[in-house]
Amino acid sequence: MLTDEKIRNLEIHANNIRQSIITMLLQAKSGHSAGPLGMADIFSYLFFHGMRHDPQRPSWAERDRLVLSNGHICPVYYATLAHAGYFPVSELLTLRKFGSRLQGHPHREWLSVVETSSGPLGSGLSQAAGMALADRIDFGAMTRRRIFALLSDGELQEGNIWEAVMFAAKYKLHNLTAIIDYNNIQIEGYVEDVMPLADLVAKWESFNWHVIEIDGHNMQAIDEAVEKSKAVFEKPTVIIAHTIPGKDVAFMERDFHWHGTPPDPQQARVALEELRTLGGRIKSEHS
Amino acid sequence: MLNPKLHLNQKLWNDDVEQIPIRTGFGEGLVSAGEKDETIVGICADLTESTKMGPFAEKFPKRFVQVGVAEQNLVTVASGMAAMGKLPFVSSYAMFSPGRNWEQIRTTITYNDQPVIVVGSHAGISVGPDGGTHQALEDVALMRVLPRMTVICPCDSIEARKATLALAELRRPAYLRLAREKSPVITTNDTPFVIGKAQVLYSPDGLAHVGVIACGALVHNALKAARKLEKDGIRVKVVNMATIKPLDSSAVIALAKECRAIITLEEHQIAGGLGSAVAECLAGNYPVPMEFLGVHDQYGQSGTPTELIEHYGMGIKDVLAAVRRILNRK
Repeated sequence: MLTDEKIRNLEIHANNIRQSIITMLLQAKSGHSAGPLGMADIFSYLFFHGMRHDPQRPSWAERDRLVLSNGHICPVYYATLAHAGYFPVSELLTLRKFGSRLQGHPHREWLSVVETSSGPLGSGLSQAAGMALADRIDFGAMTRRRIFALLSDGELQEGNIWEAVMFAAKYKLHNLTAIIDYNNIQIEGYVEDVMPLADLVAKWESFNWHVIEIDGHNMQAIDEAVEKSKAVFEKPTVIIAHTIPGKDVAFMERDFHWHGTPPDPQQARVALEELRTLGGRIKSEHS
Repeated sequence: MLNPKLHLNQKLWNDDVEQIPIRTGFGEGLVSAGEKDETIVGICADLTESTKMGPFAEKFPKRFVQVGVAEQNLVTVASGMAAMGKLPFVSSYAMFSPGRNWEQIRTTITYNDQPVIVVGSHAGISVGPDGGTHQALEDVALMRVLPRMTVICPCDSIEARKATLALAELRRPAYLRLAREKSPVITTNDTPFVIGKAQVLYSPDGLAHVGVIACGALVHNALKAARKLEKDGIRVKVVNMATIKPLDSSAVIALAKECRAIITLEEHQIAGGLGSAVAECLAGNYPVPMEFLGVHDQYGQSGTPTELIEHYGMGIKDVLAAVRRILNRK
């Protein structure tokens, strides 16, 4: 259970992350808006509460691992890392610029704190499963590190994912937690129109995963699901997190056209105003 | 004559020369490497016995991973294990890995810079009766084009064993290409092997007229042709280019300077393989006439290995013909 104070704290981090996402995309003039905004709450939870990590020791061997399979939502990853103290927040403005460590899709060679280079969809769950299995080989049941695999709903259309789903269940990788960003949009439209996922819960359960379905913006629900995944010993856990693409920026919410589009200066101004005032509920200190 | 410094198999000319599948050497090498290095894991896609990963799986059951018929998962799981300090060797047929999972190899192994050794067995036309679907003739091109990738195609089982051990030491992304069929044993336990070093296996008396650069089991055909030609007064030098990438450029250039005529021989499409690598090197440094022996932009078919090698132009007679052609071009 998170205290009310803790929840408020995580929500403030999420809000700051969303503001950074808008600011960096405006500067970059390209990149993805909707997905990163939708995942800000989960990133805030993981980096400011759920994951074992230490910004002062980025290569700490016993840190939990986060594999971002859908690399295109990296603005939220970069913004969270910066706010957590891995690098200066000012560096976020270099996103997608020549020579920047913040490549258009995460690249470990440029930014060593990211666990994997990613972008092409469908491979992250396998990599996370490989990490979890390696950990099991070294530590048996006494695994020390949890591996989080963040997946998008659209990428579940990739066959490679289902190879990994079978694999992780076979090896009973209980130290693996997959989180699906179920926001129902992809480049060309709504997931249910492009290629329906049908009954995801039944699908993952039938592959012998422990399945938890949550509201991906509810900190308490996120916490309960992650804590539960740590307690399930017989199988890997998948958290199907229903999220709103473009969350907290009204004109972006639920519109698939914002999948791969950045805001223009006017749109960014409106978005930042909305984020700073919590949708008009409070007065902005900045405007 | 055979290069005396290399301690080659003196019986390699005999009709009853010992024949062992190249893949067998990988199996032996992996066990030895596994004994030395606890971080080595073996991952296989339902072809443990035929890719010769079986002995490793038996000896180190906790370090063996069976992913089933899932080659995309094969290499991506390996990438994840490598990220946690393991050194994975992943095996399947070359047609499926790296044939099917190229992008995963690119993104999660070479781009991601994780030490994974991709082992493609049953490569080349000599797979034989299984037919064209199973004859990987494009794999060297697919792997050679990837930055950071080392590409090795051993000439016999003993070299395959040494290459496996050397790759375990190298601990970098690599592709090891193996063949199914039994093939003549060319080297011995005393033959040196260094990744990236070409070896002149056969030198005629006096300066050579033609240099033949070969890899894989076809090195034996090159040797036989060279010996036959020497009796006819045509001096041919034979180089075993086990490491296709990084190419031993200085050896290639030295051979071109001596012979001014180079023939390449490989069980692969002409486009993109060893011949292309040699041509890239020579075109930029020391252009000389070249002949390319390999498969000419077509698919194979069922047949015995020998039938197929002969039919698609990689037999001893094809080397002899290419030598005569190139001598006319000099």
